[in-house]
Amino acid sequence: MTEKTVAPTVNSAGYDVPPELRQSVAITTLDKIWNMGRRYSVWPMMFGLACCAIEMICTAASRYDLARFGMEVMRPSPRQSDLMIVSGTVTKKMIPQIVRLYNQMPEPKYVMAMGACASGGGPFKEGYNVVSGVDQYIPVDVYVPGCPPTPQALLHGLMKLQEKIDRESITKVRWYQKDEIPAIPVPILGPDIIDPRDSAAIREMASRKAAPAAPAAQPEAAEAPAA
Amino acid sequence: MSEQTPVKEAPANPPTELEKRFPGAVKRDERPGFEGHIVEVAKLHEVAAAIRDEMGYDFLSSVTAVDYYSEAPEGENFIEVVYHLYKSTGGGALVYRVQVPRDNAVVPSLVDLYPGADFQEREAWDLYGVKFEGHPDLRRILLWEGFAGHPMRKDWKEPYFEEDVKPFKNRWPEGQVYRIEDRNPVGKNVSYPQGFDPDGFQETDDPRMYESLERSSQDFIEQIDTEQVVVNLGPQHPSTHGVFRMAVRMHGETIVGLKPVMGYLHRNHEQIGERNTWTMNMPFTDRLDYLSSMSNNFGYALAVEKLIGEKAAPPERAEYIRVIMAELTRISNHLWAIGFLLNDLGAFFTPALYAIEERELILDIFEATAGSRMMCNYFRFGGVARDLPEGILPKIKDLVTDRLPRKVEELDLYLSANELVRSRGEGVGVITPEDAIAFSAAGPVLRASGVPYDVRRADPYSIYDRFKFDVTVRQHGDVYDRYMIRIDEIYQSLSILRQALKDIPEGEIMNGKNPYQVRVPAGESYGRVEGPKGELGFYIVSTGKANPHRYHVRAPSFINLTILEKMCVGQKIADVVVNLGSIDIVLGEVDR
Repeated sequence: MTEKTVAPTVNSAGYDVPPELRQSVAITTLDKIWNMGRRYSVWPMMFGLACCAIEMICTAASRYDLARFGMEVMRPSPRQSDLMIVSGTVTKKMIPQIVRLYNQMPEPKYVMAMGACASGGGPFKEGYNVVSGVDQYIPVDVYVPGCPPTPQALLHGLMKLQEKIDRESITKVRWYQKDEIPAIPVPILGPDIIDPRDSAAIREMASRKAAPAAPAAQPEAAEAPAA
Repeated sequence: MSEQTPVKEAPANPPTELEKRFPGAVKRDERPGFEGHIVEVAKLHEVAAAIRDEMGYDFLSSVTAVDYYSEAPEGENFIEVVYHLYKSTGGGALVYRVQVPRDNAVVPSLVDLYPGADFQEREAWDLYGVKFEGHPDLRRILLWEGFAGHPMRKDWKEPYFEEDVKPFKNRWPEGQVYRIEDRNPVGKNVSYPQGFDPDGFQETDDPRMYESLERSSQDFIEQIDTEQVVVNLGPQHPSTHGVFRMAVRMHGETIVGLKPVMGYLHRNHEQIGERNTWTMNMPFTDRLDYLSSMSNNFGYALAVEKLIGEKAAPPERAEYIRVIMAELTRISNHLWAIGFLLNDLGAFFTPALYAIEERELILDIFEATAGSRMMCNYFRFGGVARDLPEGILPKIKDLVTDRLPRKVEELDLYLSANELVRSRGEGVGVITPEDAIAFSAAGPVLRASGVPYDVRRADPYSIYDRFKFDVTVRQHGDVYDRYMIRIDEIYQSLSILRQALKDIPEGEIMNGKNPYQVRVPAGESYGRVEGPKGELGFYIVSTGKANPHRYHVRAPSFINLTILEKMCVGQKIADVVVNLGSIDIVLGEVDR
């Protein structure tokens, strides 16, 4: 009977522990201990963009109670947070700030795209000021569908994130490697949003403007000529 | 009820009062379906001043531009700026408009007469490129300085442009769906002017904002020779209620200048709304003020029904359901607003948790009725989408007769007399009644300043004339009164709900069947409701097609922010977040 009291996930390294020690000794991998510590203390950033932020607050409130997952400590500063929940429509005017916040977060860091807008533009995808998905600029770990996702859906997404953390290994994840991870270049607000990584493509696109695929933007002037 | 202006009540053919008063400068708008007068551009300022001072139209509700554009050379090609005015004592609208050529759109600014026009004119400049001569600070407001073009003009196409109107042919009926990003060379929805070189490009948005901030605090700079500090709050700041930014210039801890910076959630409601069909816009209105989707539905439905006329008059039961839902929305919104105002005051999250608990109960009702907690999409033109589910009425009755009154009293008891709430709220961020009207403040902000103006009473819509309720009003115009007025309004809403629940009849919930597409005759209409945050107006122009020609939202949160700078200057930095919290903004509505 006693061997069943120890959780099988912990004592799973494949070593035989003598029966008399099984109540006090467990053998496991460093990865598991490491991941268990992290999965139960994910600190999300207190950072709301739009409608989804309201559901995020509701999830943190008493009825749905994010604290059950060890995630109730919402930090208003990116320097203290592990998880960025991109909760709402990402606009071109806001994306430089989001990238900057992401760069300021210490590793290990995760990003969750909450809702249709953050995942792919959602109902506002066609809008001239809307970025169709935050993953065009920063890497996303979990996508939560919905418009907005209910608190239950957000909790499900957070559990998926925990599962993802469980599968990580400190020998493989990128933030424990020797090379420094370069910061993501911050987009610039020009005549349209400029991603510095795309500058060659942008120059090429702007030089052959007559192509019908991309409708012409007008020069900045009150006297906009008829197209 | 009636949108007839007092001016138009004169017999149809003889010159109207306005025409008599300003011969040659004003002429009646003769287009079918349009109301009001067309004013000569050169005389606009003079006419507007006379209308304000002589006729008493002191509340400028909405300023917006409409682009009439046609590719054909002989077609109409002009930009129209439309003004909707009301009297702060109640009554219908006075509408006047000016028409200017598209390639030289210059209109005199009315900011000196109506300071509330400030942000609205900046918005018209930003989106339509209408230059307002004499505007003190004509910068872009929703987009950024340097953005190429004015996107709401009809000949401006967004990078993901497919067709002028929906439904797009590639999705329906054949369904040859492709991904629009595959057609853009960069794979994102971006486009640049010809020959643009991204290397070495410098942003110009922030420098211009700081210049403007320095200009507005110039008096202080000359008086005092100590060093002044500029602090940016937001766009990522826990107390700005979303992605709102304020650049604050301070002398010590005292604020000498403040510029709100918005547009971080500008998701192009109006342009998308002009591509959508009429019914397709309903779910988009949910996402304006996402805390009170039912009220937004209400406003849009009213505006379109007004244009359709008798054919879309909702049946009795639908009217009652609408009122019940709108008042429940008001309660849930105010609970949220109170909770988060207390958050800003430093009572971190405990009052908010209590408020959210009650709000969840209201959301349960919405979920049962409409199928969604927040984005209800429940109203239709001529009724509501579906009938109330079985057994929901007793539930609502329980809530409004028993639980909510108890809980609101509890909030009232613990918070209203609380010494910290009083000392941080009383005398802070005072708005005088004159300022509140001049700056076009609406809703609780206006009423807390001693102006008893409530659209439900001043210009009744739906069936609000049947209910007994008080127009809440408080006299001091400070943060504490803006907090108290929300408690008062919850009590009034509960009273309306009790009356509505008593009288709700059985019967139809739609006028006719719920059509796939509605036919909207050509013309314009301005429908407004008293939303939880203030007067929510929808200005729509139809050309008789399946899509609106113009779809404009008069967003109360956006216009209430015009007065923020005036409220905050001279106060301490710690009061800024409280002042902002007491206005109760929602960024989805501010930026649209």
